[in-house]
Amino acid sequence: MSPLTWILGLPLLAAAGLCLVPRTSKGVLRTVAVAVTAVVAWMAIDLLLGFATAPVGRGGYRFVQQIPWVESLGISFFVGVDGINLGLIVMGAIVAFAAACVSWEIEDRTKEYYVLLMLMTGGILGAFASLDVFFLYFFHELALVPTFIMIGVWGRGERRQSAAFQITLYLTLGALVALIGLIALYLQSGVRTFDLVTLTDTLAANPMPAARQYFIFPWLMFGLGILVSLWPFHTWAPLGYGAAPTATAMLHAGVLKKFGLYVLLKVAVPLLPEGAKEWLPLLAWMCLGNILYCGWVAMRQRDLNQLIGNSSVAHVGFVFLGVASLTTVGVTGAVMVMVAHGFLAALSFALSGFLYRQTGSLDMGRMGGLLKQLPFTGTVMVMAMMAGCGLPGFGNFVGEMLVLFGGWKSDLLICGGWISFRWFVAAAAWGALIVAAVYMLRAVREMFHGPIGETWRKSNDPTGAWRRLPYVVLLVSLLALGVAPRLLTDHIEPSAKLIVDAVERSRPAPHLATAPGHPIP
Amino acid sequence: MNLWLLGPEVVLVLLGLSLLMMDGVVPTARRRLLGHASAAVVAVLCLYALSGHAGLPEPGYAFGRMFVLDGLAVFFKALFLCAGVFVLLLAADMGDRLGSGVTEYFVLTLFALAGMLLAASANNFAVMYVALELITVAFYVLTSYQRSRVASLEAGVKYLILGALSSAFMVYGIALCFGASGTMQFDELAAKSAELAENRLFQVGMLLVLGGLAFKVAVFPFQIWAPDVYEGSPAPTTAFLAIGSKAAGVVLLVRLLGGVIPELGLKWEMLLMVVAAVSILFGSLSAIPQRSLKRLMGYSSIANGGFVVLGLAAMSKAGSAAVLFYLAGYLFTVLTAFLVVAVVVERLGTDDFSALAGLHQRSPLLAGALAISMVSLAGVPPLVGFFGKFLVLKALVEQGTALPSYFVLGGIAIIGVVISFWYYFGVVRAIYWNQGPEETSPVVVPPVIRMALVGGVLGILFLGLFPGSVWDAAVAAVALLKF
Repeated sequence: MSPLTWILGLPLLAAAGLCLVPRTSKGVLRTVAVAVTAVVAWMAIDLLLGFATAPVGRGGYRFVQQIPWVESLGISFFVGVDGINLGLIVMGAIVAFAAACVSWEIEDRTKEYYVLLMLMTGGILGAFASLDVFFLYFFHELALVPTFIMIGVWGRGERRQSAAFQITLYLTLGALVALIGLIALYLQSGVRTFDLVTLTDTLAANPMPAARQYFIFPWLMFGLGILVSLWPFHTWAPLGYGAAPTATAMLHAGVLKKFGLYVLLKVAVPLLPEGAKEWLPLLAWMCLGNILYCGWVAMRQRDLNQLIGNSSVAHVGFVFLGVASLTTVGVTGAVMVMVAHGFLAALSFALSGFLYRQTGSLDMGRMGGLLKQLPFTGTVMVMAMMAGCGLPGFGNFVGEMLVLFGGWKSDLLICGGWISFRWFVAAAAWGALIVAAVYMLRAVREMFHGPIGETWRKSNDPTGAWRRLPYVVLLVSLLALGVAPRLLTDHIEPSAKLIVDAVERSRPAPHLATAPGHPIP
Repeated sequence: MNLWLLGPEVVLVLLGLSLLMMDGVVPTARRRLLGHASAAVVAVLCLYALSGHAGLPEPGYAFGRMFVLDGLAVFFKALFLCAGVFVLLLAADMGDRLGSGVTEYFVLTLFALAGMLLAASANNFAVMYVALELITVAFYVLTSYQRSRVASLEAGVKYLILGALSSAFMVYGIALCFGASGTMQFDELAAKSAELAENRLFQVGMLLVLGGLAFKVAVFPFQIWAPDVYEGSPAPTTAFLAIGSKAAGVVLLVRLLGGVIPELGLKWEMLLMVVAAVSILFGSLSAIPQRSLKRLMGYSSIANGGFVVLGLAAMSKAGSAAVLFYLAGYLFTVLTAFLVVAVVVERLGTDDFSALAGLHQRSPLLAGALAISMVSLAGVPPLVGFFGKFLVLKALVEQGTALPSYFVLGGIAIIGVVISFWYYFGVVRAIYWNQGPEETSPVVVPPVIRMALVGGVLGILFLGLFPGSVWDAAVAAVALLKF
């Protein structure tokens, strides 16, 4: 049995098991949740360490396991890892552990809460571990629904009902649009299977006609784009995260949201290379919307959660930029940003959730002197904000640099070659270095310096190692990625190269038909 | 002639007649047992249909080929019988509220069930009409059974008038078809269907017949009765209407469109698409402001009818098989929902959303079962509703390469699903996170209903997690269609 099956199965089993625990024994509920996520995180780290030596299975994936599910439709339970989802699974498992740890803030209906949290964790890890396109979607949806319910029940603020409904409708729409694209891909591939390895091999040998790729790709791009808060479909994100309970915001913004990017990179681009070349220039424009527009919006925020939400939307733009560059370095950087941003978003929302519990308000104007009153929280927060503006030493810096380097080398032509991709890189760099620095540094000034704000005269740091553990774990992960990025990049690069090569290989046939040396009229 | 093929129908009718006899002997206090006993008999029949019947190598015919027992018929018979078990259990539980003559309620349910079984096997316009009338006439009484309640009587009158109207449409349509073709036999119609498809008179007749069936399925433009009748009828009747009567219309639609007049069906592709799209949008949009659970289910039933027609509109075997699977999932989901509704109405006196608030404290089982059925209706994995919607969408996209309007239809289906999230989650919200009333006494659920609820939830989960067997059965059931 593959360790991946355990990684995604344990939380789901725990969800079923917790249903049987009486609702009065809150300690048991909480202990089980934390213990299960700890075991899962440990197994995921073990996966990372053992990745290089593990035997290579079908399609170059490791730790594979395949069980037929509905054979007549070509659906099977199929898990495995390559360089791309390896980092995401490890990140997801660690974030899930941190999310379970910070859940001590939940006091009412703990039973339902932990059941949903376990369900969401299992769904998330399943979505990243699956190599069957149907199960990719299945697990994603399984994780999405607890998100909605958790925001509605345990969310905060007066607008949580409308936030819960907005996020539900938006994300369901995105998921269904992407589902149509995935079904079309399945039907048009000619092999009638959802098995990603078979699909990749078949479509590499007999690519789909370009016209069909042009048609299918936008369903996936826009559907997944909605899920990842691609500009201009991003408005649900700051609102939803502002209203979500801490653990939900951590898991969704940190991990689940990366699903759309992952599927874009893993399924849409390599299987529909012609479609990708046709549509990625548009994606490049839209990701500028994320980086610049949402960065600009973030500058105007007074509420800490809104700031984090908007800046998280802005960071996603880098992943899109890396994917759009279609170079090995750029794609590697995109994956790196996905992992690093997962830790960063989770850490930011964990801290803002803690501050909210302490003070009941996240208005930055009323904060101040945080470092004096709460030295531990303040320190971690400053470091998270520095990571957010791309300071070297954190994983985000590595990822963003790789994206920018990759983008510089990209030969993607935009507007028929009138605009070089380098302009986009320059704009993104500006957005990352200047805009992000402006809002992050301003937040640092307002929150951490000056006289002690009125809202937290009575606040205290989390006491005891146990309460501080989740923040430390996330921060250490972020630093580890920044200091030793090769832990991941060595694994990501070969997989990224495969994807880029798949697109490269599909150079349009008509051009090859004319003899070399013949100028094309 | 092979009377053996009609076994389940004969048993049901005999059971109904013997219940009528026993009504005079059994004391009033024990009559509930009659319901439980007949549910047990129906359950045995259901197992029989699932096992023995299923191994049928060739379609069997009876009464001069007017009655056919093929894979399609067997699939639907199992479905009807399964629904019958739930409905009878529910009726037995509700016996006290139905007023006098609870036995007659069981008997009418059994007769309607026999009509459904017959409809699944109809191979002739006359048999089809008789079967549908058997269902409809039984439902005239079943809808207005609580004759002291004005709402129930109103439901009965509405169903009577509109049902009679649709029956009149249908019988007129049958007459026109007979006039144009000279036969009522489905086999013979199928043999010359290509030529009949050009016949104007036959087209009009067929359109009227399809209209009559659309009334059963509760789709646009014959959907208008559903919300009022669903709201006013006793809960077991509503449950039976929602799945049994709807599925009876669907099986005949599948048989006619897929087996008898495929050419005409292809010609009317666009008509079916419009019917499906309008039903989905009408049902979903109208469901949003509803505060009564039964009424909400009425509108949701229109939207689900739209999804069923969507699968039929794909005009492919994959589409029809998807419809069959969809209905099998819908069976468990809707029955679970109505079991909860029935208990809630009986114990709390109303099915308004305000009564649901705090239900999760008063009865975690009822709250959980209702939430699971709502979430499944919305189409969330790993519950069965997701796989059903997935299959229907897949069938649509499959046709999309031939005719791009299927992608438009897929888009409308998506909008329908998104809207449905809104109101199904509205119910979940009412149960779990609305402020409850002061009343917090536990709601007692009788053991039989509790078992039925667990069975329904297990069905929803099992079909969602292991859809393979039912899907293969559905594919086998539509193998003989001529798409």
